[in-house]
Amino acid sequence: MSKKNNTPVPGKKRNNYFDYSLLFIIIFLLCFGFVMLYSTSSYNAQIKFQDSAWYLKKQVKATAIGALAMAIVAMIDYRIWKRFAKFGYIVSLICIILVVTPLGSEINGARRWIGVGSASFQPAELAKLAVILFLAYVISNSVKSMHKFSTLVCVVVMVSPAIVLIAVLTKNLSSAIIIMGIAIVMLFVASPKYIHFVAVGAVAAVGGTIFMLMERFRMNRFKVWLEPEKYAREGGFQVLQALYAIGSGGIFGKGLGQSVQKLGFVPEAQNDMIFTIICEELGLFGAVSVILMFLFMIWRFMVIANNSTDLFGSLIVVGVLAHISIQVILNIAVVTNTIPNTGITLPFISYGGTSVLFLMIEMGLVLSVSRQIRRE
Amino acid sequence: MSRTRVFHRKKVMVYMSCILVLNAVLIGRLVFLMIFQSQYYSAQAQMLHERERSIKAARGCIYDRNGNIIATNKTVCTISVIHSQLTDAEEVIRVLSEELQITEEEIRQKVAKVSSREKIKSNVEKEIGDKIRAYDLDGVKVDEDYKRYYPYEEMASKVLGFTGSDNQGIIGLEVSYEEELKGEEGMILTLTDARGVELDTMAESRKEPISGNHLTLSLDMNIQKYAQQAAMKALVAKEANYVTIISMNPQNGEILAMVNVPEFNLNDPYTLNTDAKGLTGSKFQDALNKMWRNQGINDTYEPGSTFKIVTATAGLECGVVSVNDHFNCPGYKMVEDRRIKCHKTTGHGGESFVKATMNSCNPVFIEVGARVGVEHFYQNLRKLGLMEKTGVDVPGEASTIIHKKENVKAVELATMSFGQSFQITPLQLLRAVSSVINGGTLVTPHFGVKSTDEQGNVVKTYQYPIKENVISKETSETMKMILEKVVSEGGGINGYIEGFSIGGKTATSQKLPRNSGKYISSFIGFAPVQNPQIVTICIIDEPTGIYYGGTIAAPVVKELYENILPYLGMEKQKIVKEGEGEKETSEIND
Repeated sequence: MSKKNNTPVPGKKRNNYFDYSLLFIIIFLLCFGFVMLYSTSSYNAQIKFQDSAWYLKKQVKATAIGALAMAIVAMIDYRIWKRFAKFGYIVSLICIILVVTPLGSEINGARRWIGVGSASFQPAELAKLAVILFLAYVISNSVKSMHKFSTLVCVVVMVSPAIVLIAVLTKNLSSAIIIMGIAIVMLFVASPKYIHFVAVGAVAAVGGTIFMLMERFRMNRFKVWLEPEKYAREGGFQVLQALYAIGSGGIFGKGLGQSVQKLGFVPEAQNDMIFTIICEELGLFGAVSVILMFLFMIWRFMVIANNSTDLFGSLIVVGVLAHISIQVILNIAVVTNTIPNTGITLPFISYGGTSVLFLMIEMGLVLSVSRQIRRE
Repeated sequence: MSRTRVFHRKKVMVYMSCILVLNAVLIGRLVFLMIFQSQYYSAQAQMLHERERSIKAARGCIYDRNGNIIATNKTVCTISVIHSQLTDAEEVIRVLSEELQITEEEIRQKVAKVSSREKIKSNVEKEIGDKIRAYDLDGVKVDEDYKRYYPYEEMASKVLGFTGSDNQGIIGLEVSYEEELKGEEGMILTLTDARGVELDTMAESRKEPISGNHLTLSLDMNIQKYAQQAAMKALVAKEANYVTIISMNPQNGEILAMVNVPEFNLNDPYTLNTDAKGLTGSKFQDALNKMWRNQGINDTYEPGSTFKIVTATAGLECGVVSVNDHFNCPGYKMVEDRRIKCHKTTGHGGESFVKATMNSCNPVFIEVGARVGVEHFYQNLRKLGLMEKTGVDVPGEASTIIHKKENVKAVELATMSFGQSFQITPLQLLRAVSSVINGGTLVTPHFGVKSTDEQGNVVKTYQYPIKENVISKETSETMKMILEKVVSEGGGINGYIEGFSIGGKTATSQKLPRNSGKYISSFIGFAPVQNPQIVTICIIDEPTGIYYGGTIAAPVVKELYENILPYLGMEKQKIVKEGEGEKETSEIND
């Protein structure tokens, strides 16, 4: 059916489309991220490493590698990755398992890395990319049975090893949730029905609740969320510090570099909590501008996804869209204490080499998809 | 190859809508936090970031009447260590131990402590503080601070008093003029990071301290010095318990000197001035309190014969006795069933009232007291301010201990007439005598004259209440004449200085219990008789050996006067003429 309607006409095919708007917003977000990362981390870096630009340097290096990767991926026809989708997914699962072997390493009490020194990375970040490609491949191959609930279940079963391994082996609930979210959004887009997702949503809610009840620690998160002032010792301190930073920003903020909360009050402000410092320094206007930049980026994803020539490319973009949107929304929701605390970074802006590297590769994929769009 | 279908696009739009809705919710949350809750969280954050640090105000100086500084502030240093800023802990330990003379272990303990600021030592001399600062060690803070400093050390220690570690007066004038001297503390509000390190770049709000006002006293440190020398000499010679000397201007109540030896060093008030060692706890505190006691004001005593000035004044005021009245002393006097002896047990025989005063004859004064009667006797005490506190501006003044008027019978009246069976403070007696010799004005003894601000402008001139005409001018003139005779020819002859007209009265009072063999020898002397400029009381508590006031206390005042009367601008008069003139008058009066 699809072949009938939109047969590509040889000779008319011109690869002259490239989403410069998306490229621009990527570069803009990265540069804005550098500025805010330096502003936020220089104090901590000076104390820890006697080099105020320590975090910035590492981030710039990772971004440079990422930019190279993005350029290469963007130039390669994304359809090539169909062949590697299964393989990539399995490799990512193996990497996750390697975390608990001697190859894994521990930073700040969390065992989430493999490799050593500057050659280390978080398999969870790789898994996000691998799951996006894997699902895009699986779904685009079984598009005719997507209306069946059994197919949905089957797909979920296929990604569940990644989710479970990340949640259990690396104790990284946030990444597990993000991968689960990516999978659900991709299935939601691929399936012609709505009713299944209500069911899946219900199951997820029940499962999530059980999971949280399993560990007291998770329950504490809820108490802290509801009354951070009362449970300051159990983690409410961090939440309160975030709220102090956001609240003291006001409408126009204290000005770039003027945050006091970043001086050790908000712990490791350059990581998950960087948005609070943006709020403190740039105010409500700065915070809303950041949200609008992400919305603009997501809107470009949507345009590319909806104009992609094939479902595989479209689903890749939907997966990336889901990834970015979930992380942005969860991150801002967490720092504003709208939902219980969990460690989720703000894409492109938070410190994290692995994260930015794989995000750039994802951007490369999206740009690659965009290159296949034909102008009418 | 499968293609994108319409429902795919629709579903992407649905998801996109969800994102928009969620972002709108988050923006709403941000608006709530950053506009409506902004004030609350800003205030909370500010509270978290701010550290309050007080700046001590410089305490006002104290000057004597000639402008000599007797209490001032010295800059001292407080050495502390900020753990998080240390880079070379071992070097810090070595240097501090060497400069501060503290063992390395003790400093190491403090340096190792993880605190925002650990005090190593306070009250460090400025030179040492500067030296430590010169090492420029990371994490070592040298803060300057004020410490009270008394250049005269021991002089007038019990009058001036001293201050505690918080620069607050503990005893003496430092307490009574606390409000004037202390000034107002300043405040620095600084922003700090999470470790408590102050942020240089952040604006700090600062409230400057207001220095205390300076205080000028009536004390004259020259007179004080001579008085202390004289008192020390007597203390050592007579192995006495203590010696008190108070010199006052009888015309206005300005106290020129107040000595209570042994004094203590005001720069080191917590070290006992006695040999007693190993005292601990409350015993040590008791010893300190005893050392700090101002016997001239805080303690009462039986005045003895010096009190006869008051009895004589009462007699003259009531008109029950005149200078030429004749009495007979058989060596004792019977009062009701009791035989009260004169100090001269063989009796003075026939004598005039003047002569009886010169002889300090008890029977005559018993007679005068009886003639005055209880009612008028007490009225007179009240008039001369002996029933009330003097109102001196030093804290802790003792009250009169005396019989209730309705309980006073003949025997009590008789003993009171020559200064026994009641207790007053030396200063009370000095005040009463002042009003007798200054023409009848009851003054308030005091030290504080005026307070000035930092620029030297007078802030306050202290006014003290006076009561005029408590006795008549005639009585005053008569008393001066009699008291001059006491010194020139009577029991106070040892207080006589050639060429000066000095009046006075001696006393030797037996301490209670009467058979203890302990005495208080005293002398009150004033000069010049015509227009007294200085009146001095000297009290020697528990002298050993000879204990007669006329023999041991009068020479102390004499020595003092020899030194200070010329200093006070009194010229030595031609001896021969004056001597002759005096003799003539005395003959007439006889």
